Amino acid sequence: MRTTLVIWRREFTAYFNSPVAYFVITIFLVLVGVMFFVPFFAQDRVTMREFFGLAPFLFVFFAPAITMRLFAEEKRTGTLEMLITLPVRDGEVVVGKFLAALSLLLVAIALTLPYAFTIARFGDLDFGPVIGGYLGLLMLGAAFVAVGLAASSFTENQIVAFVVAMFASMLLLMLDRFVVFLPDGLGAVVEYFSFSTHFRDAARGVLDSRDVIFFLSFTLLGLFLAFRSLESRRWR
Amino acid sequence: MSDAQPMIEVSGLSKSYGHIRALDGVGFEVPRGEVLGFLGPNGAGKTTTMKILTCFIAPTEGQVKVAGHDVGQNPLEVRRKVGYLPENAPLYRDMRVGEYLDFVGRVRGMEPEARRRGAARVVDHCGLGDVIDQEIRTLSKGFRQRAGLAQAMIHDPEILILDEPTSGLDPNQIAEIRELIREIGRERTVILSTHHLTEVQAVAGRVLIINRGRLVADGRPGEIGGDRGGAVYRVVLRPMDGGFAAAAEAFAAIPGTRGFEEEPAVGGKELVLTLRGDGSSDLRAAIFEAAVARGFTLLELGLKKVDLEAVFRRLTMEGGEPPGRSTEEVK
Repeated sequence: MRTTLVIWRREFTAYFNSPVAYFVITIFLVLVGVMFFVPFFAQDRVTMREFFGLAPFLFVFFAPAITMRLFAEEKRTGTLEMLITLPVRDGEVVVGKFLAALSLLLVAIALTLPYAFTIARFGDLDFGPVIGGYLGLLMLGAAFVAVGLAASSFTENQIVAFVVAMFASMLLLMLDRFVVFLPDGLGAVVEYFSFSTHFRDAARGVLDSRDVIFFLSFTLLGLFLAFRSLESRRWR
Repeated sequence: MSDAQPMIEVSGLSKSYGHIRALDGVGFEVPRGEVLGFLGPNGAGKTTTMKILTCFIAPTEGQVKVAGHDVGQNPLEVRRKVGYLPENAPLYRDMRVGEYLDFVGRVRGMEPEARRRGAARVVDHCGLGDVIDQEIRTLSKGFRQRAGLAQAMIHDPEILILDEPTSGLDPNQIAEIRELIREIGRERTVILSTHHLTEVQAVAGRVLIINRGRLVADGRPGEIGGDRGGAVYRVVLRPMDGGFAAAAEAFAAIPGTRGFEEEPAVGGKELVLTLRGDGSSDLRAAIFEAAVARGFTLLELGLKKVDLEAVFRRLTMEGGEPPGRSTEEVK
């Protein structure tokens, strides 16, 4: 546990030692700001529906951008060997890195709260969907980060890690769009595995334990893949 | 654990990468307080052995115990006892030297006070005082190597494993690092790999030569030169009728010779021969007598003690094709 926190701390600080964190967060906040205030000014409505509709798609780019370096860079530069030969468990490394990326994502999400408070001052904001939406974003973000972490663990190339994670996330998010092309039985299954299906529930303010379990399962799957990938170095 | 127990015990160690056999039945022991030089051409299996000793990769076969702990069963305990400097000292480039040392201390579970003292000690030891606040990316190769050495020693480990600690350094830096290793080796067990033969002679009390995944020699640097290498005699004669063949015939009769080579001589005014002896006795007198008996004029006769380099070349070039996977020439 202590070791996990040490790794978390190192990785989280590393984000702020490079321009990536500032760059990605800035772009995220600008795009999100537009989503907040367009309905507010143009349509005179106080709502965050547009924001919660778009945020998952921003995460498709944002999450891989922050996870791509986690393992790929260490594998390329050889620092992974230095890290792993310290008294750390592979699992502690995986979880520490995961938490660091998730923390950065949380920072970005938290920085949108002032937007929410701003528009809430000017009208009646329904807080049910807002809280549900934020929780949904958190769970969806965690799952994307885990997927990105796994992608980063497979390669030494950060660009490859980014592209793989982006396409995987995109696919997982948009699986429900393919349902129309599929026979009924299969369509229902595919729809179930779409991140959008589960996120929409949350963003309506209906937080179902099934949605929580769904995102949690994907997160654990990603962490497990990253763990196995890290462990596989021993046997190759 | 008792002093008599070796710090490192390796037996029957093999490692395969796919169908490439990187290590094939390697076995050795290292007692406490020994500096062991691990010598071999690139791709011979030095790095693989070190990665197994530090539990980065698992052996395919064999038993490996470090400080009494099995690397497969108790990797964390092994890593606690070991300080490791991988090849090329890969460090987090975005961190400052001090930060990095602190990070390693934290991962090693050292308390703040112990970290501070440990860092102060290794900074002093490795001469990092001037660069402590510098980002690692801005360091020269020599300082990076020293920072790598410092992180390996911060917890005052019983065993230090250093993979090519002086590669890429300039001669002054090499001398400094060697002095450092010698100093550490007085109390600690050190394994260092290198393909620089002079390095082994300079710092190691014992040398293992590895080639194509097998141990080909094990002993003190001097002994290996002595009993496996024999001696080399340089004989310069005035050219005569029959040339090389006549001389060869004359010297082949001497007991204890292993062979001759003719060196290209300048202008053909001298015939220079290199004669190899098995090292069991001094052949200079016999060579002189053989030359005189045949009526040759002996211009020069010298005995060259075989150095590790010759042994190394012979042991690692056996079998024709260049050893290992790398094509880089052995220095």
